[in-house]
Amino acid sequence: MSANSHRIWKYGDDVNTDVIFPGKYTYTVSHDPAELARHALEDLDPQFAANVRPGDVIVAGRNWGNGSSREQAVTCLAHAGLRAVIASSFARIYYRNAINNGLLAIPCPEIVSVVSAGDVLEIDMENATLIWDGREFGFPPLPAQVRDILDANGIIPYLQAKHL
Amino acid sequence: MGSVLAISQDRLKSTGTETKRDTAYGSFAMAMTATEKLLARASGSSAAKPGEVLVIEPDVILSHDNTAAIAQLFEQLPHRRVKYPERLAITLDHAVPPPNPGHARNHQAVRRFVREHGIGNFYEVGRGICHQVLCEEGLVGPGLTLLGADSHSTHFGWLGAFSAGIGRSEVAALWATGELWLRVPETIRIRLSGELKTGVTSKDLTIHLIGQLSSEGASYKAVEFDGGGLNSLTPDSRAVLTNMMAEMGAKNAWIAPDGVTWAWLENIMRRTRAHDCRERLAYFRDNALYPDTDADYAEDHHIRLGCIEPVISCPQSVDNVLPLSEVGEIPVDLGFIGTCTNGRLEDIAAAAEVLRGRKIRARLLVIPASSMVLRDASAAGYIAALIDAGATVGTPGCGPCMGVHMGVLAPGEVCVSSANRNFRGRMGEPEARIYLANPAVVAASCVAGHIIHPADLL
Ligand code: SF4
Repeated sequence: MSANSHRIWKYGDDVNTDVIFPGKYTYTVSHDPAELARHALEDLDPQFAANVRPGDVIVAGRNWGNGSSREQAVTCLAHAGLRAVIASSFARIYYRNAINNGLLAIPCPEIVSVVSAGDVLEIDMENATLIWDGREFGFPPLPAQVRDILDANGIIPYLQAKHL
Repeated sequence: MGSVLAISQDRLKSTGTETKRDTAYGSFAMAMTATEKLLARASGSSAAKPGEVLVIEPDVILSHDNTAAIAQLFEQLPHRRVKYPERLAITLDHAVPPPNPGHARNHQAVRRFVREHGIGNFYEVGRGICHQVLCEEGLVGPGLTLLGADSHSTHFGWLGAFSAGIGRSEVAALWATGELWLRVPETIRIRLSGELKTGVTSKDLTIHLIGQLSSEGASYKAVEFDGGGLNSLTPDSRAVLTNMMAEMGAKNAWIAPDGVTWAWLENIMRRTRAHDCRERLAYFRDNALYPDTDADYAEDHHIRLGCIEPVISCPQSVDNVLPLSEVGEIPVDLGFIGTCTNGRLEDIAAAAEVLRGRKIRARLLVIPASSMVLRDASAAGYIAALIDAGATVGTPGCGPCMGVHMGVLAPGEVCVSSANRNFRGRMGEPEARIYLANPAVVAASCVAGHIIHPADLL
């Protein structure tokens, strides 16, 4: 599998932050990468944290990440090695948190209904395209200011670099 | 950005000390919604179009128990100092009093940060929930902008402010630089007319709306309420609307300041900041912004308040809405009245009215949204009525709302709650079930032992 090929975990609509990262840990688990990764999707799919591999992606339905503003719902996935979440749509704060923590969040409703768990897709950032089974699916490119933050791997590294 | 930015910085400083602004902001470049105007001004510009990315300087930056975690991110930044310490507002509210040493250490770290950076707007354990406290303290008001590390930061729109929730890294960045990128949202207008029937509250209206438009019905969008129907909505019940628009995915929600708003602000600030109440009020009056009559809205909805029936959100999403009359006989283990959504005086009064002279069968936990609410509820005799009926009254704060402590559920238990979220695991236990309703319904359900409207109690 090439670095650009990503194995898919598939979930449904309205996956909220409480099942991505349980609220009961929000003040006790904040920054420890391994600990964060261990609780990823704990209340939704206990198989995920045990079996996710670096470079995997999640493909999900509408309104991924609705609910709390807790950033661990993004960082737990990033630390689990997830490359991107691709969804029909994202909850607003989740989408911001993803960009600001360097996790790719790609709104692309067209691909969601055609792919299955375990399939492999490719992400072409330059052309804002997803490729699956030889078919191409476009997604909206990010505004330049926002892309800069994502490329820096998040707003903290972005400000660190900018300050120098 | 020149002169406008300079003015806007003066304006921003006033979170701590008053700055009189004598330059008129009347000259916007185009017809705009209130949200567009508020964002344009906060970015030092005379116009803002939906879809545009602006860099804004908010007046207030909110955080709570998560302040210590944000401070850890902040410490990774080279800036070292908080750019505008007077704009920060910090409450301890999520796990109060601390239920275990981990939370106690977290609070300790927050207090250390507050001391080190000279944060004046700091509210200790027991003062109440961030959204309620910042309103009571007159830190937010008409025309101001707030960004908060909490998803219910949409709350402050009931005072005519722009307010939105953001993540922890962004708050760290804001502390360092004072500014942040925001996409100008499209605005949905919801016109309200008429009056709610007896036994129907703004919680029913809000749940009804979320059921109609869905949990992503306002995703990335602003929601502005207007129309004569607002006249009949009290301050406490307006806050329910804007608070819970977070559950519709909204970036912010907004209600035009009117006589009701000004009277509330004046009364409350006389109590919390008597020394500068007049100046603060004048400052809010100067800054208040209103939409243009020819502004562009992405959607227009009209709601006749008289048609709203009591409703309930069923597990496990807020937009899973049923008329209360169709929910069937659902046994209840715990009732919970509290939270930033429905933990105010009006809510506790409604519960006390139902409970006076009755005994509860199911447990009932009541947690006032602030120390002021607790004090007023106690002075009015509501707390006595609750306790006589068998309820438990807790320390002002979030209580079990997010499943951390103080009333979390056991597997298989059913809670009917006045809160805002009923997601799986929200109150700590994935196998518990949460129904959302207005506070009088919660109280009545505890009396009956199953979900019921107070009008149907024997
Ligand atoms: S009461 Fe609940 S929803 Fe409101 S701020 Fe606290 S935890 Fe969040």
